[in-house]
Amino acid sequence: MRRLSALPAVLLVIVTGSFFLMRLAPGGPFDMDRALPEAVRLNIEAKYHLDEPLPRRYLRYLGDVVRGDFGPSFRYPDRTVNELIALGFPVSLTLGLCALAFALVVGGAAGVVAGIRHNRWVDHLTMSLALGGVSVPNFVLGPLLILAFALGLGWLPVAGWGSWRHLVLPTITLGVFYTAYVARLSRAGMLEVILQDFVRTARAKGVREAAVVTRHALPNAVLPVVSYLGPAAASALTGSVVVETIFGIPGVGRYFVQSALNRDYTMVLGTVVFYSMLLVAFNLIVDCLYAYLDPRVTY
Amino acid sequence: MTPRPAAATSSPARQAWRRVRENRLAMLGGAILVAMAIVAALAPWIAPYPYAKTNLAYGARPPSWQHLLGTDELGRDLLTRVMWGARVSLGVGLLATLVSLTIGVSYGALAGYLGGRADQLLMRAVDILYGLPFMFFVIILMVVFGRNIFNLFIALGAVQWLTMSRIVRGQVLSLKTREFVQAARALGVSPLRILALHLVPNAAGPIIVYATLTVPAVMLEEAFLSFLGLGVQPPMASWGSLASEGAAAMEPYPWLIVFPGLALTVTLFSLNFLGDGLRDALDPQLAR
Repeated sequence: MRRLSALPAVLLVIVTGSFFLMRLAPGGPFDMDRALPEAVRLNIEAKYHLDEPLPRRYLRYLGDVVRGDFGPSFRYPDRTVNELIALGFPVSLTLGLCALAFALVVGGAAGVVAGIRHNRWVDHLTMSLALGGVSVPNFVLGPLLILAFALGLGWLPVAGWGSWRHLVLPTITLGVFYTAYVARLSRAGMLEVILQDFVRTARAKGVREAAVVTRHALPNAVLPVVSYLGPAAASALTGSVVVETIFGIPGVGRYFVQSALNRDYTMVLGTVVFYSMLLVAFNLIVDCLYAYLDPRVTY
Repeated sequence: MTPRPAAATSSPARQAWRRVRENRLAMLGGAILVAMAIVAALAPWIAPYPYAKTNLAYGARPPSWQHLLGTDELGRDLLTRVMWGARVSLGVGLLATLVSLTIGVSYGALAGYLGGRADQLLMRAVDILYGLPFMFFVIILMVVFGRNIFNLFIALGAVQWLTMSRIVRGQVLSLKTREFVQAARALGVSPLRILALHLVPNAAGPIIVYATLTVPAVMLEEAFLSFLGLGVQPPMASWGSLASEGAAAMEPYPWLIVFPGLALTVTLFSLNFLGDGLRDALDPQLAR
């Protein structure tokens, strides 16, 4: 509960920090090659409240954010930032959840098997693959996968969004790093747990090996994986920026890069604030999950 | 009297070095890195072609004896570009790690040494920062302060120090109760000197290990930014921006993505091998 009370402060720091950081930027979104006529410039500035003193603008923005309004986009004048996020977020969310689910299922299973078969060939194979997985950057893997499976073999579409077939390559591209990491974590967790007394006791009582692993060892071995979920989600959000760019997926990440390149302040600011809120909320859920799995932990 | 830490040339460091040497993968990684570093340092002299020389009539051709890794659409030799890219990629990796090392070590050492309330407060801030989407802030920093290479490594270093500060804090927290620190305090050594000369050097093992693991993380981030067009700007090239150009042209010219990607992947591999090897050799938990 103490963590809940810290939430508004954290969010305030994020909003304030990113707001003033953006104002430091030289040049604005309306700097064109040719100077705009004075009247037009004044009109634009009035429309976006750029003519007001900075503290007023800050307070106005803060008020808007509290009401959940990120303002209009500078670059797409007929769209608000909220609309753009609402348009892209379901797409990004689908991609991110698929990648994380892929990582948990594949990485978790591989790690547990490697842990049980410690120092056998399965273990060595898994760990070599895992080291490869954390070393191959997603923007190298993505194009190579496209080259092999889309252009070469023609099994899957090169880019785009719409059906499950569009989802396969991006999910793998985004998920491989986390899969590898989860495999290492769950293997280490398994190795630590499998030799402990309560596992031996369970075996001595004649519990079947499968049940020993799933009921007794696994819940204790997954704790490091659970605490990795927060950082994983954070970096999956950034990773999805690249993956969306490579595969031409219309998610928030692509809007974000374009707006960063175009100095679309409100859009960049809105995305960062939105993602930060999302992550803070996600971390809170992970903490609750951790406390549920490990009764020794209290907050 | 206990020996001064500086005089401890005997067992622990040598034992660790022997353990690293026995780890063949770590040594292989180290060898590859040394070779990469030499190539990067000597690129202006050993690269087969001038770095920005274009040959539009020649165009993009696959690898051949004249151009071992092929050429890009402007007829530039890819091997030359990959060699020059190594300078940027490795340089940013090292310098940004140095920045993160400076911030992380001083922050963590301070928190650990002060202890109590101040420690709680400082580490709580780290906890909070951990949950934030940091690359987005780096992107803002790059947009705000301009996309040049110095801003790049400062921005990357400035967001990579969190884990380092946690590690150093933990080390300092346990070291500061030891006798040699009490002795130094009793002799009237100032807190700053105790921190810099007694506590931090004794935490060197974990610091080195984690710094080795920070380099690939930072290199990956530099490549990520350059891939998006937010990092190194043309005509300068890093492996990330080469991969970006390659990805854009991979349909007709696949070698343009394969070779820069390979260079980056092999380097990251080597760094991870070396880092894992060093951790196994230096990890205090295993040593005990």
